[in-house]
Amino acid sequence: MSATTATAFETARAEGRAALVGYLPAGYPSVEGSIEAMLAMVDAGCDVIEVGLPYSDPVMDGPTIQAAAQAALEAGTRTSDVMRVVEAVAATGTPTVVMTYWNPVERYGVERFAADLAAAGGAGLITPDLTPDSAREWIDAADAHGLDKVFLVAPSSTEDRVAMTTAACRGFVYATAVMGVTGARTTTSDLAGPLVARTKATTDLPVCVGLGVSTGDQAAEVASYADGVIVGSAFVRTLLDHADDPAAGLSALRALTEDLAGGVRRA
Amino acid sequence: MSQRVSQYDADDRGYYGGTWGGRFMPEALVAALDELTQAWHDAMADPAFVAEFEAICRDYAGTPSRLYHAERLSQQVGARILLKREDLNHTGAHKIRNVLGQALLTRRMGKQRVIAETGAGQHGVASATAAAYFGLDCTVYMGSVDTRRQALNVARMNLLGAKVVAVDSGSATLKDAINEALRDWVASVDHTAYLFGTAAGPHPFPSMVRDFTRGIGDEARAQVLEQYGALPDAIAACVGGGSNAIGLFTAFLDDEDVRIFGFEPGGDGVETGRHAATIHAGEAGVLHGARTYVLQDEDGQTVESHSISAGLDYPGVGPQHAHLAQTGRATYRPITDTQAMDALALLARTEGIIPAIESAHAVAGAIDVARELAAEKGPGATVLINLSGRGDKDMGTATEWFKLGQPDDETGEPE
Repeated sequence: MSATTATAFETARAEGRAALVGYLPAGYPSVEGSIEAMLAMVDAGCDVIEVGLPYSDPVMDGPTIQAAAQAALEAGTRTSDVMRVVEAVAATGTPTVVMTYWNPVERYGVERFAADLAAAGGAGLITPDLTPDSAREWIDAADAHGLDKVFLVAPSSTEDRVAMTTAACRGFVYATAVMGVTGARTTTSDLAGPLVARTKATTDLPVCVGLGVSTGDQAAEVASYADGVIVGSAFVRTLLDHADDPAAGLSALRALTEDLAGGVRRA
Repeated sequence: MSQRVSQYDADDRGYYGGTWGGRFMPEALVAALDELTQAWHDAMADPAFVAEFEAICRDYAGTPSRLYHAERLSQQVGARILLKREDLNHTGAHKIRNVLGQALLTRRMGKQRVIAETGAGQHGVASATAAAYFGLDCTVYMGSVDTRRQALNVARMNLLGAKVVAVDSGSATLKDAINEALRDWVASVDHTAYLFGTAAGPHPFPSMVRDFTRGIGDEARAQVLEQYGALPDAIAACVGGGSNAIGLFTAFLDDEDVRIFGFEPGGDGVETGRHAATIHAGEAGVLHGARTYVLQDEDGQTVESHSISAGLDYPGVGPQHAHLAQTGRATYRPITDTQAMDALALLARTEGIIPAIESAHAVAGAIDVARELAAEKGPGATVLINLSGRGDKDMGTATEWFKLGQPDDETGEPE
């Protein structure tokens, strides 16, 4: 039985801190290289790993994640490789979720995707371009396989939609801190706190904040009001910046993870 | 809620036939799409809005466009060919109708800025034109491959006061320009409207763009009845995203005796893989917010499309076309680059009309249909073609294709 995200959030809560959720796309710089990088992030303090499924048309991603995802696709990364990455990371006992745009799942077959993800030890899916009101097939498949269904809420979400979304979530809720795409930002958003409060008013599920966090200090600030801090572009940036020296990239990735893990413990 | 305009219309959530279309979008944009849906419904139910839209289309864009009997072409084909002259509209194509409608709606919603994507630049030019007309700020996203091959249209947009952003991500073409416009919109949605260029994308865009372009078919249907006392045997349009086609088809959908044909860009030939015949050769999937036919690989990654016509070079298609294809109400066939260019030359020489290469796909396909119908019904068989745009923008391509621009004959120097 694989680790659940619920356990990870309970552990963090018991320790009086927020959880650190780290994202990398599968297949960058290579399938093996992405596994190594994610294992380093686990080792250095990530509580949950998000494995990105590289997609040709990532409308919610800024230039950093786009660049890595495109490189992963050009290197021939397949959906089956993503399953392999999930299996390798989940084997550490760290809950592992997949973040994916919808079309690759529909193409793979929704039921088959859910079955294979569960078999690989994956904990669930984060679906940035699939909202619960369009997700009947995924919800059924996730329920059948006991997978987390992580939908997003945004600063622009109405009260009704926040409630509808959290009611459909399992595992945790992903609150997008800003109106915008993924990417590191120099200041944290003043929209995130009120959104987390609105979200928490509708659910007991952990609420994690993503988009824009790149430093331990920002993580600490977000951890003061959220149950989890999601970091993506900053990790990807680190790998991109060390493209010609993978060993240095891995140690920089560890250092960043430790800084962020310190941040979620400082709140 | 607005009334369904035909039995082939979408439900209230934007699904055609329960399957096609819908709204596969980030939650961050849902509130804006809901707001847009409401504003569009309210506007279409407001006689003052509808009257203003019609007046602007008439006085500024030059509609209703003429329905023209192409007699010399008809003689050559052996059936009656009618052309709906959208090429004579202001800015040279049907697209002006859509942007004037959306920009008028933008003003009604109190937003000051519009963004748009463009492939060849036609929708970008139309958007920049509408923005100038209404005094709105305008940013147009265009793949960097396209900004290079359509530099003249970039200059036109600049002159009209729009900002043009070259997009380098992905394949740096139309689909990536749409991605980048959506990224802008996620961050700017409170003060910005996205003028979507075709009858695709998330609900309400396919239905809303249909409403703003359906004047083509409404006019054509009235014109053909008035001029000939009968409906045509068939109607035809080219289909990239499908806005001019749905604009023509809508008025005829419930006329079951009128056959409907859409002609897709077959590129080098569907069998070569270098084409953009999405309905003919694509598979069901989700792209840019709608479930439709998509050119994609085994893993659901979008495959790059190819067509000599930049305006048809898109790996998806409007969801209502997917529905019309699946139900059999409309028939979609691929037309190769060569067939389209042959038709372009034929129309130029028989009628003195140089069509856009997009529209030449419709002419090529419609000629085949006309011959089939003439064999069945005799020379009175009538085919109505939407001549969606004019070919001025395509002269560079045509010059290269036909090796034009050389004098045919030279008189010798006097001795």
